Amino acid sequence: MIAAIEIRGLAKRYGTVQALAGIDLEIQPGEFFGLLGPNGAGKTTLIGILAGLLRADRGTARVLGHDVVADYRAARRLLGIVPQELVFDPFFTVRETLRIQSGYYGLRANDAWIGEVMHHLDLGAKADANMRSLSGGMKRRVLVAQALVHRPPVIVLDEPTAGVDVELRQGLWQFVRRLNRDGHTVVLTTHYLEEAETLCDRIAMLKAGRIVALDTTADLIKRFHALYLRARLEGAVPEAMLPSIVEHDAGRYTFKLGTYADLEGMLARLRQTSCRILEMELVQPDLEEVFVQIMRSEG
Amino acid sequence: MTAERGGAGPAPMTAVALRPGSRLVGFATLLYKELLRFWKVGFQTVAAPVLAALLYLLIFGHVLEQRVQVYGSISYTAFLVPGLVMMSMLQNAFANSSSSLIQSRVTGNIVFVLLPPLSYLEFFGAYLAAAVARGLAVGVGVFAATVPFVPLQIVHPLWAVAFALAGCAILGAMGMIAGIWAEKFDQLAAFQSFLIVPLTFLAGVFYSIHSLPEFWQRASRLNPFFYLVDGFRYGFLGVADADPTASLALVGASLLLLSAITLALLRSGYRLRY
Repeated sequence: MIAAIEIRGLAKRYGTVQALAGIDLEIQPGEFFGLLGPNGAGKTTLIGILAGLLRADRGTARVLGHDVVADYRAARRLLGIVPQELVFDPFFTVRETLRIQSGYYGLRANDAWIGEVMHHLDLGAKADANMRSLSGGMKRRVLVAQALVHRPPVIVLDEPTAGVDVELRQGLWQFVRRLNRDGHTVVLTTHYLEEAETLCDRIAMLKAGRIVALDTTADLIKRFHALYLRARLEGAVPEAMLPSIVEHDAGRYTFKLGTYADLEGMLARLRQTSCRILEMELVQPDLEEVFVQIMRSEG
Repeated sequence: MTAERGGAGPAPMTAVALRPGSRLVGFATLLYKELLRFWKVGFQTVAAPVLAALLYLLIFGHVLEQRVQVYGSISYTAFLVPGLVMMSMLQNAFANSSSSLIQSRVTGNIVFVLLPPLSYLEFFGAYLAAAVARGLAVGVGVFAATVPFVPLQIVHPLWAVAFALAGCAILGAMGMIAGIWAEKFDQLAAFQSFLIVPLTFLAGVFYSIHSLPEFWQRASRLNPFFYLVDGFRYGFLGVADADPTASLALVGASLLLLSAITLALLRSGYRLRY
């Protein structure tokens, strides 16, 4: 099967900064893929090269088998990019913006699809409003619509929910999930890790231009298999439990457990002493914790 | 935002098969966008330069009409009008491509043109054609506004059209170069104030270079805009300071050179694709 996105040895340097240091990555058709990393990790550079906005120093990138440089026309037609910055052309209305964007892709009579995209993004009421008059959230929706106007099979969303309200965020994800269910490959970068955890089948974590983790979301979380007991205690903690304390602050303790079975022994030890449990919860690691650990370990 | 629409979701999206000629659609759309852009602010982009040219005509014409005659029997106002038309065309053709590019680059919406599958040739053609269109729109406007004051006959219309098209195209290409090169609005303003405006004002718009001292006559012949104004005026009056054929050849060569430079910049992605 031809990969939706295939990246081989991609490198890019800005002066002394190595933005990408030889990335290899394959994203399969139909995947909902997350690209995570701290600021400056290389996510936007990677997307910029895919989009043809940036030029790689070495390496190749292909969209559904089409090289983004040698065969840029085909590659760009297959790709829809929602840029990170909230940009718009102040001369035009929403409908004009979408018609023009559609025309750039060689599509002339595309009003039916434009109408459908506007409907799904709740832009219908603003179709004839000038872009300048729209709120930030509405401008963000137009950016999404612009990326979809040529029906691209591969959609890249570069931090699409940065600074937008909860309602838009939820609505956007509902729509993008639907597109993914319809067979579209979706690549997402976000700083909201709970979004990535909920939405993405597979995740790559980037740091300093390198991929430091690449796995399914479930396996990434499993990789740091750990269970924590958070408790507020009254009295001295038994000596045998001291090595498993991860955090301790004013009577609040976090103990690391190997498995659920360890919990029973831990509670038994507490019962044997005068230590009383005032509050207690079991905590499993989430993507955010995995992300922090990976970023720390790749120091 | 809604994900449902009467039970039917969005139609499955697949890459739409392109029809033959779709490349032309991309080019035509970019051209249309550029035309719409200046047309939407027509007061600023067309009406204002027409008014400015009219004021030049009223002031200079009123002051000099009775004192200056050019090429023997031609009135000063009749001499001035073609120069004003050409000057307005040149300045506005430059303003169109340069301001469109710098605005798009500074605000970031240039990505909407860079993301689609448009080639650098289509990019060049659309911006250039739009600059020519605005130059011609302003030129026609200035000419029409001056008709009540100076009834002019166009002696060699094809020459006038050839110089008008070439002049607008040259300045359109220069505008693209400036719009790509400039990183800030003040850099573009400097380009306009210290290069384009002096070269157009000193191109023989307001005087025949034969009225100048020898040194300034020679200096004027080094100004490439002089050949545009002079050749265009030849189309109207049938007389010129320089040989119109030589002027057209020089103008044509300038257009080719500037087009080649602009295309090379676009192809390399200079300050557009990093």
